[in-house]
Amino acid sequence: MSKIHVSTTINGDPTEFLCEADESLLDVLRDRLQLTGAKEGCASGDCGACSVEVDGRLVCSCLVLGAEAEGAEISTIEGVANGEDLHPIQRKILEHAALQCGVCTPGIIVAAKNLLAKNPDPTETEIRYWLAGNLCRCTGYDKIITAVMDAAAEMRGA
Amino acid sequence: MALDEYQKRDFKIIGTRPQRPDGIDKVTGRAQYGADFYLPGMLTGKLLRSPHAHARIKSIDISAAAALQGVKAVVTGNDFPGGAKGDTLDVQDHCLARNVALYDGHAVAAVAATSAKIAQAALELIKVDYEILPHVTSIEAAMPTGAPLVQEGRRGRKIPEEYSDNCTGMCEFGHGDLDAGFAKADLIIERTFKTSSTHQGYIEPNACLANMGPDGRADMWCCTQGHFQVRNLCAQMMGMDQSALRVTASEIGGGFGGKTTVFIEPVALLLSRKANLPVKMVMSREEVFKASGPTVASLTDVKIGMTKDGVITAADALIRYEGGAWPNMTIFPGAQSAFACYDLSAVRAQGLNFLTNRPLQAAYRAPGAPQSIYAVEAVVDELALELGLDPIDVRLKNAARKGTKSSYGPTYDEIGLIPLLEAAKAHPHYTAPLGPNQGRGLSSGFWFNFGGETCVSLAIDFDGSVTLVEGNPDIGGSRASMSMMAAEELGIPYEKVRTIVADTASLGHNEVTHGSRVTFSVGLATIKAARAAIKEMCRRAAKTWGIDEEAVVWEDGYAKPAGANAGDHEPLSLAQIAAKSSRTGGPIVGHHEVMAEGAGVSFGVHICDIEVDPETGFTKVLRYTVLQDAGKAIHPDYVEGQMQGGAVQGIGWALNEEYIYGEDGRLQNAGFLDYRIPVASDLPKIDTVILEIPNPGHPYGVRGVGETGIVPPLAAISNAMSHAINVRMSELPMSPPRVLKAIKDKG
Repeated sequence: MSKIHVSTTINGDPTEFLCEADESLLDVLRDRLQLTGAKEGCASGDCGACSVEVDGRLVCSCLVLGAEAEGAEISTIEGVANGEDLHPIQRKILEHAALQCGVCTPGIIVAAKNLLAKNPDPTETEIRYWLAGNLCRCTGYDKIITAVMDAAAEMRGA
Repeated sequence: MALDEYQKRDFKIIGTRPQRPDGIDKVTGRAQYGADFYLPGMLTGKLLRSPHAHARIKSIDISAAAALQGVKAVVTGNDFPGGAKGDTLDVQDHCLARNVALYDGHAVAAVAATSAKIAQAALELIKVDYEILPHVTSIEAAMPTGAPLVQEGRRGRKIPEEYSDNCTGMCEFGHGDLDAGFAKADLIIERTFKTSSTHQGYIEPNACLANMGPDGRADMWCCTQGHFQVRNLCAQMMGMDQSALRVTASEIGGGFGGKTTVFIEPVALLLSRKANLPVKMVMSREEVFKASGPTVASLTDVKIGMTKDGVITAADALIRYEGGAWPNMTIFPGAQSAFACYDLSAVRAQGLNFLTNRPLQAAYRAPGAPQSIYAVEAVVDELALELGLDPIDVRLKNAARKGTKSSYGPTYDEIGLIPLLEAAKAHPHYTAPLGPNQGRGLSSGFWFNFGGETCVSLAIDFDGSVTLVEGNPDIGGSRASMSMMAAEELGIPYEKVRTIVADTASLGHNEVTHGSRVTFSVGLATIKAARAAIKEMCRRAAKTWGIDEEAVVWEDGYAKPAGANAGDHEPLSLAQIAAKSSRTGGPIVGHHEVMAEGAGVSFGVHICDIEVDPETGFTKVLRYTVLQDAGKAIHPDYVEGQMQGGAVQGIGWALNEEYIYGEDGRLQNAGFLDYRIPVASDLPKIDTVILEIPNPGHPYGVRGVGETGIVPPLAAISNAMSHAINVRMSELPMSPPRVLKAIKDKG
């Protein structure tokens, strides 16, 4: 079967790739483009470790086909920091020690960034429900929630 | 090693909260985990798994798979050269069956191909002729004589006749006269408790990349809690010298005990040897659930007698575990820890292990302890309730303390249980008001903590920075803690120390990252290595000054003359000594190798409030407080993280998580949708209180903190449940259907 040619934009850079018709965006990012920051935790959309944004929408990249990236703007964890300048969420995750093993961290940061773009002043409950699709087995979520609330406050200039 | 290592001192760095050295890599996606390694020409390896709970493999025909274009190797368990013996052979058989498939998901053949798609197609071409055998997946079914036999020849010694040949081992701990003790009791309560098998639930599936050359030497990258252990197990299975296999640990995406053994690593090596190419294997989530090790399931009888003023007069437990199709030793820590929180004059804990047609259990945070302590703490709570006593007062009255002969033998040194119980009693959570359908529960918990083989090397680099080389995968921030301890000892800034986890060719053997051993053991070795480097730096300073090395002291990062008699010399900094080291005798390196002993035991106390919806049986955790003795918290953020993470895993165990097997012996919920671990919206804040009762066996007083946190939640939530719904439930998880049934049965 011949491959599909896809033209897309990833973290602001024009990108082309060939993929199989049934290949997930996650597999394309990791295995074809070496963007391994998105992780496969389940391949069924339950864990959120592969979270990316497609045209500003938060998705599990394991549930999106690579071919669906055609013409889209994809944002991954690799594009969250601006060079040496970490995004406030990244800084606050570090300051609050809101990671242990860190494998869920890219997905959590992408998801939290997407939330704060929509809702700059979320309640703790809103953050907990928004991040309910991102499994973390190490932290019990406590420090993650604190870090996201602190990042939101800083980004609001509060 | 002396048990008087501890010396009280003021710290500059220990106890602060600097950022972890691997942090930026982990928030930017740069950190490389098990599945993030790629090599040119790399093949994809995949496993064919048995769909049957128990079946003899009459034949396997791999010819069509091997002939498929793009397939480079096909192997079965009989391709291992036969070097593995004993427990290692059991682990090998668990990785890849020989002749019999012992559980649903047991691997029976493996393929390496140029793409995942071709590997999958090849698996479908393998023809296995199975003869289905009777299976058993629960303790109750495995126990009696006449039960379907999982494996022949595994019956343990001195097993009572009433048990089937599935019973692989028995143990017993305790002391005192039980009959006399129970005769003194005013109230005796005897109950039976069940817990389900649960999975560690690490978010990163097991992954490895093996590269074996025609010279018989190999490299492997994998996510593991112990790459030395991976090397030693794989080398034995492959018939290789240990030195012929170099294993590098990737960043690890969670383990909790589950990554202390091997699953796919030996198979990847076998495939790589046959294909002469690198082979990468990554387990799917379904494979992780089906074929990596969950924890043991349990069936425990507990009988405790108490006087009306709350003194325990006798305590007895019979603990039965099943841990899959091969023997395991988890009944030992299970039985040893059951009554470890108490000072008892008459106590007995017996353990029995049974085989079932399930995957071989693996360690899961305080392996064996949550199940047995859950049963004990539930009975203690019921006794307190029946006698109208405060549950903390009852625990204080019977609490283990310094000088207590523990129920498993050793006599305790300084321990923190009484201060923890007192802190819990004084905590505002304990007296906060509760509403309707709400209940508060409390439980103590315990873990032994371990030491083990440890070695580190600490190089003073020419520019005054320091490289610390250790051999334990960093699973929760341990590189930060090691850098802090090295910096504290050397008297230099934290940022000047870089700690790396070396591969198996770069250091001597290091025991697996488990048993809450790393901050204790590697920390101890780091401090000793730093002291060795300091001694050498003092010698270099003495040489520079032309005085005796005994006349030089080390203070705050400087070598200084010990006193006026040593002469008037300007202190030399670490960086100054390092810069001149080539002229004073060559490189300066401190190292330390030890079989670490003196790991101080760990206690915790948890308080939990829940609310039960009487219409659905759904339980909401309203408030949760963890109190734990850390000995000395090196990096308090990561100590709190261990306490919080352990508590939440325990909450999942208590309320939701379980392996569900059908009548057909197949696992029915091998995915995160149906095996539901706690998510952020399920939980309240997890408050933490760290107490520091120094461990006499560590220079800074460190006790391991990783395991204890998972122990108390099972009973704390169960005890809260009995107060919320006025029914004592005796089976975990207390999932909504079970809670609803308990409420309805009460009438």
